[in-house]
Amino acid sequence: MDQNKAPIYEALEQFRRMRVVPFDVPGHKHGKGNPELVKFLGRQCVEIDVNSMKPLDNLCHPVSVVREAEQLAAEAFGAKNAFLMVNGTTSSVQSMILSVCKRGDEIILPRNVHRSVINALVLCGAVPVYVNPEVDKHLGISLGMKTEQVQKAINEHPDAVAVLVNNPTYYGICSDIKAIFKMAHDAGMLCLADEAHGTHFYFGKDMPVSAMAAGADMSAVSMHKSGGSLTQSSFLLIGENVSEGHVRQIINLTQTTSGSYLLMSSLDISRRNLALRGSDVFSKVIDMANYAREEINLIGGYYAFGKELVNGDSIYDFDPTKLSIHTRDIGLAGIEVYDILRDEYDIQIEFGDIGNILAYLSIGDDPQGLERLVSALAEIERRYQRDTKGLLSQEYIAPTVVISPQDAFYAPKESLPLRESVGRVSSEFVMCYPPGIPILAPGERITPEILDYIEYAKIKGCSMTGSEDPDILNINVLK
Amino acid sequence: MEMWFSEFHAPDVKHSLRVNKHLYSAKTEFQQIDIFDTPEFGRVLALDGNVMLTERDEFIYDEMITHVPMSVHPYVRDILVIGAGDGGVVKELTRYKTIERIDLVEMDPQVIEACRIYLPENACRLDDERVHIYFDNALRFIRRCKNKYDLIIVDSTDPFGPYEGYFTREFYGICYNALREDGIMVNQQGSPFYKHDAEELQRSHKRIVNTFPISRVYQAHIPTYAAGYWLFGFASKKYHPIDDLKAKEWTELGLETQYYTPRLHEGAFYLPKFLERMLEEVE
Repeated sequence: MDQNKAPIYEALEQFRRMRVVPFDVPGHKHGKGNPELVKFLGRQCVEIDVNSMKPLDNLCHPVSVVREAEQLAAEAFGAKNAFLMVNGTTSSVQSMILSVCKRGDEIILPRNVHRSVINALVLCGAVPVYVNPEVDKHLGISLGMKTEQVQKAINEHPDAVAVLVNNPTYYGICSDIKAIFKMAHDAGMLCLADEAHGTHFYFGKDMPVSAMAAGADMSAVSMHKSGGSLTQSSFLLIGENVSEGHVRQIINLTQTTSGSYLLMSSLDISRRNLALRGSDVFSKVIDMANYAREEINLIGGYYAFGKELVNGDSIYDFDPTKLSIHTRDIGLAGIEVYDILRDEYDIQIEFGDIGNILAYLSIGDDPQGLERLVSALAEIERRYQRDTKGLLSQEYIAPTVVISPQDAFYAPKESLPLRESVGRVSSEFVMCYPPGIPILAPGERITPEILDYIEYAKIKGCSMTGSEDPDILNINVLK
Repeated sequence: MEMWFSEFHAPDVKHSLRVNKHLYSAKTEFQQIDIFDTPEFGRVLALDGNVMLTERDEFIYDEMITHVPMSVHPYVRDILVIGAGDGGVVKELTRYKTIERIDLVEMDPQVIEACRIYLPENACRLDDERVHIYFDNALRFIRRCKNKYDLIIVDSTDPFGPYEGYFTREFYGICYNALREDGIMVNQQGSPFYKHDAEELQRSHKRIVNTFPISRVYQAHIPTYAAGYWLFGFASKKYHPIDDLKAKEWTELGLETQYYTPRLHEGAFYLPKFLERMLEEVE
């Protein structure tokens, strides 16, 4: 296929020229009914916010330009089929899991998954079998899954239907997914990947292997993160072992029937850009990230980590575009550096947690911006550096799953003050957002160390989400 | 044929110069550089379509950004100049015999190349043996310096473009760190008249106030800049711009100037009421 083509974009341009009179939704009618919105977003943008129609195809049942865009995307990503997704990568992840799991099925996965994965288990009633990720004690981050641990889980749960991997984690860490997928396939299990942070693996040179290249059956790819499309747009990819029609049915269970052409055209144009120029674009991103790592490590105190961490197993590979920086040795929690950067330096980074920050580099960055970030970090070190006493390291707390997330979520429950909940089973999530990896998920036993961690994260200023009580003073537990 | 160069001073205000001849035009990695000849203002350098200097009025800017700090600090040996690829600031500074070293950091080598050819009057002292030119991002360059300079002069374009980083908290912070304990930083602060310029002025003034113990603003009248009214920031670790003015000593140097005098120096710090208010809001 010709990757120079962008069928949705081309159809929209054609549509614009037709000057069609709209007696359909949306009611703003190419913006005429909402001049304030046009002034804010621009006519170009509002004019193509239209409904599905014959010349523009239909996302729920694509037969023409949307289908062609999906085929082009499939080819660009090396998949059998690709689905354009407009409800976020959350919907890609959920459709992926709902396609392969049903109530009572077991699924093997690392605990440091995004909340959307466990949400999907709440929806479908599957039971998680967690593989505890390795932890880097100094950095305080969860690493990848060791292959022997995955093998052990497969042996202990031979009826599990699928294995899911993060490729990579938020911090850029990759497991040996080729080996893991082979083990899973040998045991008759399907292989799923959450590649919310791995779009660029499909296009860049010297990148960790992408899930589809490693033999995955399905992957959720967040095109809007490193790929440059609009927020909320995403791809779901499938391989030979999965039926296209079945996945489409699953997607249509929860996906909007009014797919946004702004989002779809952004996927189309971004796919074309990456297919044609991705290799050059991402080698520039890698150069910038490497440069920033060197400069930040020169400041002293910080540790911007990279490929040197690779150990052949729990850190099988590292995503060179991720600029993750350990801050605890200057006496500041990552979340504190994150807040200072925004409040005092007008620099917004992706997230800060207990010990680290992550600056997200992508196709839109330039060296001038990076110089600001590095200089601001140097200034923060000079102005705020203090003793590291009293700073917690982020520990991975191995969860005890008592009942399935779905059973816990829907079970009779009561609300208890946090400290009185020790020993009870949580019926809800608690997490810092970002990164959105649950500290506690429905169905897990609450322990004193989990509560210590939640309270420390609150004090340091992490934005906590997931629970019914927005202040997380109380928590819902099973009766 | 009539040829005019126009620049937006505000979204609804244009300033135009008649052009005799377009002498130079180049698009670099960083910006669009143009040099043209005009009947009223002589040769003009524009970056991204904004007038940086004209032969006719550059003396005002160059004198005010250099002689003000030089007449306050008693003994300036090492100077860092940021931007200033046209050479005008360096031309003024090299007139002081006591200066030992001038480091000039310019991001875009083509600005210097073009000015050497088309604005030789301005660029004439860039070859002075005390001048060391570095083509680098200033944030990167200064970050590596500590306690090294007596004076830093920030001669950049406006804060909407490749030089945006030179109006930030982190930039002022690393400048502070690169200055000796009695060092001074002077920067161009834009115009206070039009709304979006005024907002930027407040933002950068606030950042400087938060970084340096002494921070004052002074003014000059420069016809080709927005509203013809331009400001400079004087930020200092120790010396006060008026209390520590060494008028007698400076006069004894016998430097010939066209705009600057020690009397004007004092007056330049007396600001109109609306501007005082604007600055006080963020102090």
